[in-house]
Amino acid sequence: MPFCCLRANGARASQEMAMDREGRLALIVSVARTMIAHEDELTRLDQAIGDGDHGVNMRRGFEAVLRDAEAMAELSPALALDAIGHRLVNCIGGAAGPLYGTLLLSLGRYAGHARTLQDWVIAFGQAIEDVKRRGRSEAGQKTLLDVFVPVHAILVEKGGEAVAQLARIAEDAAEETRPMRALRGRAAFLGERSIGHVDPGARSASLVLGVVGRVLCEEK
Amino acid sequence: MSGEPKVGVVIVSHSIKVAEGTADMVRQMVGDALPLAAVGGNPEGGLGTHVELIHAALQRAWSEAGVVVLVDLGGAETNSEMAIERMPATQRDRIVICNAPIVEGAIMAATESSGGSPLEVVRHAAEELMAGR
Repeated sequence: MPFCCLRANGARASQEMAMDREGRLALIVSVARTMIAHEDELTRLDQAIGDGDHGVNMRRGFEAVLRDAEAMAELSPALALDAIGHRLVNCIGGAAGPLYGTLLLSLGRYAGHARTLQDWVIAFGQAIEDVKRRGRSEAGQKTLLDVFVPVHAILVEKGGEAVAQLARIAEDAAEETRPMRALRGRAAFLGERSIGHVDPGARSASLVLGVVGRVLCEEK
Repeated sequence: MSGEPKVGVVIVSHSIKVAEGTADMVRQMVGDALPLAAVGGNPEGGLGTHVELIHAALQRAWSEAGVVVLVDLGGAETNSEMAIERMPATQRDRIVICNAPIVEGAIMAATESSGGSPLEVVRHAAEELMAGR
Protein backbone atom coordinates (compact mmCIF):
# COMPACT_ATOMS: atom_id res chain seq x y z
CA MET A 1 0.00 0.00 0.00
CA PRO A 2 1.37 3.40 -0.82
CA PHE A 3 1.01 5.81 2.09
CA CYS A 4 -1.59 7.84 0.30
CA CYS A 5 -2.93 5.54 -2.35
CA LEU A 6 -1.51 7.87 -4.98
CA ARG A 7 -0.33 5.99 -7.99
CA ALA A 8 1.06 7.12 -11.30
CA ASN A 9 -2.00 5.73 -12.99
CA GLY A 10 -5.57 5.91 -11.96
CA ALA A 11 -5.30 8.27 -8.98
CA ARG A 12 -8.22 10.64 -9.05
CA ALA A 13 -8.14 14.08 -7.55
CA SER A 14 -11.29 13.23 -5.59
CA GLN A 15 -9.66 10.19 -4.00
CA GLU A 16 -9.36 10.25 -0.19
CA MET A 17 -5.86 10.79 1.10
CA ALA A 18 -5.27 9.24 4.49
CA MET A 19 -1.85 9.29 6.08
CA ASP A 20 -1.17 7.42 9.29
CA ARG A 21 1.39 8.28 11.95
CA GLU A 22 4.05 6.16 10.25
CA GLY A 23 3.47 7.98 6.96
CA ARG A 24 3.61 11.40 8.60
CA LEU A 25 6.84 10.49 10.38
CA ALA A 26 8.40 9.23 7.14
CA LEU A 27 7.42 12.45 5.39
CA ILE A 28 8.77 14.77 8.10
CA VAL A 29 12.02 12.83 8.54
CA SER A 30 12.64 12.45 4.80
CA VAL A 31 12.14 16.15 4.06
CA ALA A 32 14.34 17.18 7.00
CA ARG A 33 17.14 14.75 6.15
CA THR A 34 17.12 15.76 2.50
CA MET A 35 17.40 19.43 3.38
CA ILE A 36 20.25 18.75 5.83
CA ALA A 37 22.05 16.57 3.25
CA HIS A 38 21.90 19.37 0.65
CA GLU A 39 23.40 22.06 2.90
CA ASP A 40 26.59 22.39 0.84
CA GLU A 41 24.78 22.59 -2.48
CA LEU A 42 22.42 25.30 -1.19
CA THR A 43 25.37 27.19 0.28
CA ARG A 44 27.18 27.12 -3.08
CA LEU A 45 24.10 28.37 -4.92
CA ASP A 46 23.52 31.14 -2.37
CA GLN A 47 27.16 32.22 -2.40
CA ALA A 48 26.83 32.75 -6.14
CA ILE A 49 23.92 35.19 -5.96
CA GLY A 50 23.03 35.80 -2.30
CA ASP A 51 24.73 35.98 1.05
CA GLY A 52 25.63 32.29 1.33
CA ASP A 53 23.50 31.48 4.37
CA HIS A 54 20.65 29.48 2.81
CA GLY A 55 22.29 26.08 3.34
CA VAL A 56 23.17 26.60 6.98
CA ASN A 57 19.83 28.28 7.72
CA MET A 58 17.83 25.42 6.22
CA ARG A 59 19.98 22.87 8.05
CA ARG A 60 19.41 24.66 11.36
CA GLY A 61 15.66 24.81 10.76
CA PHE A 62 15.27 21.20 9.72
CA GLU A 63 17.56 19.88 12.47
CA ALA A 64 15.11 21.49 14.89
CA VAL A 65 12.23 19.78 13.05
CA LEU A 66 14.04 16.42 13.12
CA ARG A 67 14.49 16.64 16.90
CA ASP A 68 10.71 16.84 17.35
CA ALA A 69 9.68 14.66 14.40
CA GLU A 70 8.25 11.87 16.59
CA ALA A 71 6.03 14.27 18.53
CA MET A 72 4.98 16.13 15.38
CA ALA A 73 3.97 12.87 13.68
CA GLU A 74 1.46 12.27 16.50
CA LEU A 75 -0.45 15.39 15.47
CA SER A 76 -3.07 15.71 12.75
CA PRO A 77 -1.57 16.82 9.41
CA ALA A 78 -2.88 20.37 9.90
CA LEU A 79 -1.48 20.69 13.44
CA ALA A 80 1.80 19.06 12.40
CA LEU A 81 2.20 21.62 9.60
CA ASP A 82 1.49 24.39 12.10
CA ALA A 83 4.13 23.02 14.50
CA ILE A 84 6.72 22.63 11.73
CA GLY A 85 5.94 26.11 10.41
CA HIS A 86 6.52 27.67 13.82
CA ARG A 87 9.75 25.71 14.22
CA LEU A 88 11.01 26.89 10.81
CA VAL A 89 10.11 30.53 11.48
CA ASN A 90 11.97 30.40 14.78
CA CYS A 91 15.00 28.45 13.61
CA ILE A 92 15.73 29.16 9.94
CA GLY A 93 16.01 32.93 10.24
CA GLY A 94 17.19 34.77 7.16
CA ALA A 95 14.66 35.47 4.43
CA ALA A 96 13.72 31.80 4.05
CA GLY A 97 12.35 31.40 7.60
CA PRO A 98 9.33 33.67 7.15
CA LEU A 99 8.68 32.34 3.63
CA TYR A 100 8.80 28.60 4.39
CA GLY A 101 7.19 29.31 7.75
CA THR A 102 4.32 31.16 6.12
CA LEU A 103 3.87 28.39 3.55
CA LEU A 104 3.51 25.68 6.19
CA LEU A 105 1.53 27.73 8.72
CA SER A 106 -0.93 28.72 5.99
CA LEU A 107 -1.08 25.21 4.55
CA GLY A 108 -1.90 23.91 8.03
CA ARG A 109 -4.60 26.54 8.40
CA TYR A 110 -6.23 25.97 4.98
CA ALA A 111 -5.91 22.18 5.04
CA GLY A 112 -7.74 21.75 8.35
CA HIS A 113 -10.54 19.78 6.73
CA ALA A 114 -8.68 18.53 3.65
CA ARG A 115 -9.63 14.99 2.71
CA THR A 116 -8.80 14.56 -0.95
CA LEU A 117 -5.79 15.40 -3.08
CA GLN A 118 -7.91 18.13 -4.62
CA ASP A 119 -8.50 19.67 -1.16
CA TRP A 120 -4.75 19.65 -0.50
CA VAL A 121 -3.94 21.21 -3.86
CA ILE A 122 -6.46 24.00 -3.19
CA ALA A 123 -4.93 24.60 0.26
CA PHE A 124 -1.45 24.61 -1.29
CA GLY A 125 -2.58 27.29 -3.74
CA GLN A 126 -4.00 29.44 -0.93
CA ALA A 127 -0.78 29.06 1.07
CA ILE A 128 1.26 30.13 -1.98
CA GLU A 129 -0.82 33.33 -2.13
CA ASP A 130 0.17 34.05 1.48
CA VAL A 131 3.85 33.50 0.62
CA LYS A 132 3.47 35.98 -2.26
CA ARG A 133 2.01 38.56 0.11
CA ARG A 134 4.72 37.91 2.73
CA GLY A 135 7.53 38.32 0.20
CA ARG A 136 5.67 40.94 -1.86
CA SER A 137 6.69 38.87 -4.84
CA GLU A 138 5.28 36.98 -7.79
CA ALA A 139 6.51 34.12 -9.96
CA GLY A 140 9.13 35.23 -12.49
CA GLN A 141 11.30 37.10 -9.99
CA LYS A 142 13.78 34.26 -9.37
CA THR A 143 12.52 33.02 -6.00
CA LEU A 144 11.03 29.87 -4.49
CA LEU A 145 7.72 31.00 -5.98
CA ASP A 146 9.12 30.00 -9.37
CA VAL A 147 8.88 26.41 -8.15
CA PHE A 148 5.73 26.55 -6.04
CA VAL A 149 3.57 28.40 -8.57
CA PRO A 150 4.22 26.23 -11.68
CA VAL A 151 4.17 22.99 -9.65
CA HIS A 152 0.82 24.00 -8.19
CA ALA A 153 -0.52 24.70 -11.67
CA ILE A 154 0.53 21.23 -12.85
CA LEU A 155 -1.02 19.64 -9.75
CA VAL A 156 -4.29 21.41 -10.51
CA GLU A 157 -4.17 20.14 -14.06
CA LYS A 158 -2.92 16.59 -13.58
CA GLY A 159 -3.64 15.60 -9.97
CA GLY A 160 -2.18 12.28 -8.81
CA GLU A 161 -0.26 11.81 -12.04
CA ALA A 162 1.72 14.95 -11.22
CA VAL A 163 2.37 13.78 -7.64
CA ALA A 164 4.11 10.70 -9.02
CA GLN A 165 6.43 12.94 -11.06
CA LEU A 166 6.73 15.73 -8.51
CA ALA A 167 10.53 15.53 -8.15
CA ARG A 168 11.14 15.94 -11.87
CA ILE A 169 8.50 18.62 -12.31
CA ALA A 170 9.90 20.62 -9.38
CA GLU A 171 13.51 20.21 -10.51
CA ASP A 172 12.61 21.41 -14.00
CA ALA A 173 10.91 24.45 -12.48
CA ALA A 174 13.97 25.25 -10.34
CA GLU A 175 16.20 24.96 -13.41
CA GLU A 176 13.97 27.51 -15.16
CA THR A 177 15.19 30.14 -12.66
CA ARG A 178 18.72 29.96 -14.11
CA PRO A 179 18.19 32.51 -16.91
CA MET A 180 15.98 34.74 -14.75
CA ARG A 181 17.06 38.06 -13.34
CA ALA A 182 16.45 38.41 -9.58
CA LEU A 183 14.02 41.16 -8.60
CA ARG A 184 13.53 40.25 -4.93
CA GLY A 185 15.80 39.28 -2.07
CA ARG A 186 19.50 39.77 -1.72
CA ALA A 187 20.16 38.50 -5.25
CA ALA A 188 18.31 41.55 -6.62
CA PHE A 189 21.36 43.66 -5.72
CA LEU A 190 23.30 41.71 -8.33
CA GLY A 191 20.92 42.67 -11.15
CA GLU A 192 22.16 41.21 -14.43
CA ARG A 193 24.82 39.22 -12.60
CA SER A 194 22.12 37.06 -10.97
CA ILE A 195 21.44 35.60 -14.44
CA GLY A 196 23.02 32.20 -15.08
CA HIS A 197 22.59 30.72 -11.59
CA VAL A 198 19.75 28.59 -10.22
CA ASP A 199 18.02 30.40 -7.37
CA PRO A 200 18.88 28.73 -4.03
CA GLY A 201 15.33 29.17 -2.71
CA ALA A 202 13.91 27.60 -5.86
CA ARG A 203 16.35 24.71 -5.45
CA SER A 204 15.40 24.08 -1.81
CA ALA A 205 11.72 24.27 -2.77
CA SER A 206 12.26 21.67 -5.48
CA LEU A 207 14.01 19.39 -2.98
CA VAL A 208 11.12 19.63 -0.50
CA LEU A 209 8.49 18.92 -3.16
CA GLY A 210 10.55 16.08 -4.63
CA VAL A 211 10.66 14.31 -1.29
CA VAL A 212 6.95 14.90 -0.66
CA GLY A 213 6.16 13.33 -4.03
CA ARG A 214 8.39 10.33 -3.41
CA VAL A 215 7.05 9.63 0.08
CA LEU A 216 3.42 9.98 -0.99
CA CYS A 217 3.92 7.41 -3.73
CA GLU A 218 6.19 5.05 -1.80
CA GLU A 219 5.16 1.51 -1.03
CA LYS A 220 4.81 0.86 2.68
CA MET B 1 11.00 59.54 30.44
CA SER B 2 8.09 61.67 31.58
CA GLY B 3 4.88 63.21 30.33
CA GLU B 4 3.04 61.92 27.28
CA PRO B 5 4.26 58.58 25.88
CA LYS B 6 6.73 58.93 23.00
CA VAL B 7 6.79 56.72 19.90
CA GLY B 8 9.20 53.81 20.41
CA VAL B 9 11.97 52.96 17.93
CA VAL B 10 13.15 49.41 17.16
CA ILE B 11 16.28 48.89 15.05
CA VAL B 12 16.51 45.50 13.29
CA SER B 13 19.73 44.65 11.48
CA HIS B 14 21.30 41.40 10.30
CA SER B 15 24.27 42.49 12.42
CA ILE B 16 23.87 43.19 16.14
CA LYS B 17 26.85 45.54 15.79
CA VAL B 18 25.03 47.64 13.20
CA ALA B 19 21.86 47.64 15.32
CA GLU B 20 23.62 48.59 18.55
CA GLY B 21 25.87 51.11 16.82
CA THR B 22 22.80 52.77 15.33
CA ALA B 23 21.14 52.80 18.77
CA ASP B 24 24.29 54.44 20.21
CA MET B 25 24.02 57.20 17.60
CA VAL B 26 20.32 57.66 18.39
CA ARG B 27 21.01 57.91 22.13
CA GLN B 28 23.71 60.51 21.54
CA MET B 29 21.11 62.61 19.73
CA VAL B 30 18.09 62.18 21.98
CA GLY B 31 19.31 60.56 25.20
CA ASP B 32 16.75 58.27 26.80
CA ALA B 33 13.78 60.41 25.77
CA LEU B 34 11.97 57.48 24.12
CA PRO B 35 11.73 53.69 24.24
CA LEU B 36 14.51 52.26 22.07
CA ALA B 37 15.54 48.69 21.28
CA ALA B 38 18.23 47.29 19.00
CA VAL B 39 18.23 43.71 17.77
CA GLY B 40 20.21 41.68 15.26
CA GLY B 41 21.78 38.33 14.48
CA ASN B 42 20.53 34.76 14.32
CA PRO B 43 19.99 32.35 17.23
CA GLU B 44 23.60 31.14 16.95
CA GLY B 45 25.04 34.63 17.23
CA GLY B 46 25.87 34.95 13.54
CA LEU B 47 24.49 37.36 10.96
CA GLY B 48 20.75 37.18 10.39
CA THR B 49 17.42 38.16 11.87
CA HIS B 50 15.20 36.21 14.21
CA VAL B 51 11.47 36.50 14.86
CA GLU B 52 11.61 35.79 18.61
CA LEU B 53 14.42 38.25 19.24
CA ILE B 54 12.57 40.93 17.24
CA HIS B 55 9.35 40.16 19.13
CA ALA B 56 11.19 40.67 22.43
CA ALA B 57 12.61 43.98 21.15
CA LEU B 58 9.11 45.14 20.19
CA GLN B 59 7.93 44.35 23.72
CA ARG B 60 10.87 46.27 25.24
CA ALA B 61 10.22 49.34 23.10
CA TRP B 62 6.43 49.17 23.25
CA SER B 63 4.75 52.52 23.79
CA GLU B 64 1.09 53.51 23.86
CA ALA B 65 2.07 56.08 21.22
CA GLY B 66 3.17 53.24 18.93
CA VAL B 67 6.47 51.91 17.61
CA VAL B 68 8.39 52.46 14.39
CA VAL B 69 10.68 49.69 13.13
CA LEU B 70 13.79 50.37 11.04
CA VAL B 71 15.17 47.39 9.08
CA ASP B 72 18.17 46.78 6.84
CA LEU B 73 17.69 43.98 4.26
CA GLY B 74 14.87 41.70 3.03
CA GLY B 75 14.81 39.07 5.79
CA ALA B 76 14.82 41.76 8.48
CA GLU B 77 11.59 43.11 7.02
CA THR B 78 9.74 39.81 6.66
CA ASN B 79 10.89 38.60 10.09
CA SER B 80 9.79 41.93 11.59
CA GLU B 81 6.36 41.49 10.01
CA MET B 82 6.01 38.07 11.60
CA ALA B 83 7.19 39.45 14.95
CA ILE B 84 4.57 42.22 14.74
CA GLU B 85 1.89 39.59 14.11
CA ARG B 86 2.86 37.97 17.42
CA MET B 87 2.08 41.16 19.32
CA PRO B 88 -1.39 41.54 20.88
CA ALA B 89 -4.06 42.55 18.38
CA THR B 90 -4.63 45.81 20.26
CA GLN B 91 -0.98 46.83 19.71
CA ARG B 92 -0.27 45.50 16.21
CA ASP B 93 -1.85 48.38 14.30
CA ARG B 94 0.34 50.85 16.17
CA ILE B 95 3.60 49.22 15.02
CA VAL B 96 4.87 50.23 11.57
CA ILE B 97 7.91 49.26 9.52
CA CYS B 98 9.51 52.32 7.90
CA ASN B 99 10.64 52.27 4.29
CA ALA B 100 13.84 54.12 5.17
CA PRO B 101 17.60 53.61 5.45
CA ILE B 102 18.27 52.05 8.84
CA VAL B 103 20.78 54.49 10.37
CA GLU B 104 19.45 57.77 9.01
CA GLY B 105 15.86 56.59 9.40
CA ALA B 106 16.36 55.66 13.06
CA ILE B 107 17.90 59.05 13.83
CA MET B 108 15.19 61.00 12.00
CA ALA B 109 12.42 58.96 13.63
CA ALA B 110 13.92 59.29 17.10
CA THR B 111 14.43 63.04 16.74
CA GLU B 112 10.82 63.44 15.66
CA SER B 113 9.54 61.15 18.43
CA SER B 114 11.54 62.93 21.13
CA GLY B 115 9.69 66.11 20.19
CA GLY B 116 6.43 64.37 20.99
CA SER B 117 5.17 63.80 17.42
CA PRO B 118 2.53 61.11 16.78
CA LEU B 119 3.26 57.81 15.05
CA GLU B 120 2.43 58.83 11.48
CA VAL B 121 4.58 61.97 11.70
CA VAL B 122 7.50 59.97 13.12
CA ARG B 123 7.16 57.42 10.33
CA HIS B 124 6.95 60.17 7.73
CA ALA B 125 10.13 61.80 9.06
CA ALA B 126 12.05 58.57 8.47
CA GLU B 127 10.48 57.81 5.10
CA GLU B 128 11.06 61.33 3.76
CA LEU B 129 14.70 60.31 3.44
CA MET B 130 13.75 57.90 0.68
CA ALA B 131 11.28 60.27 -0.99
CA GLY B 132 13.97 62.91 -1.43
CA ARG B 133 16.21 60.65 -3.49
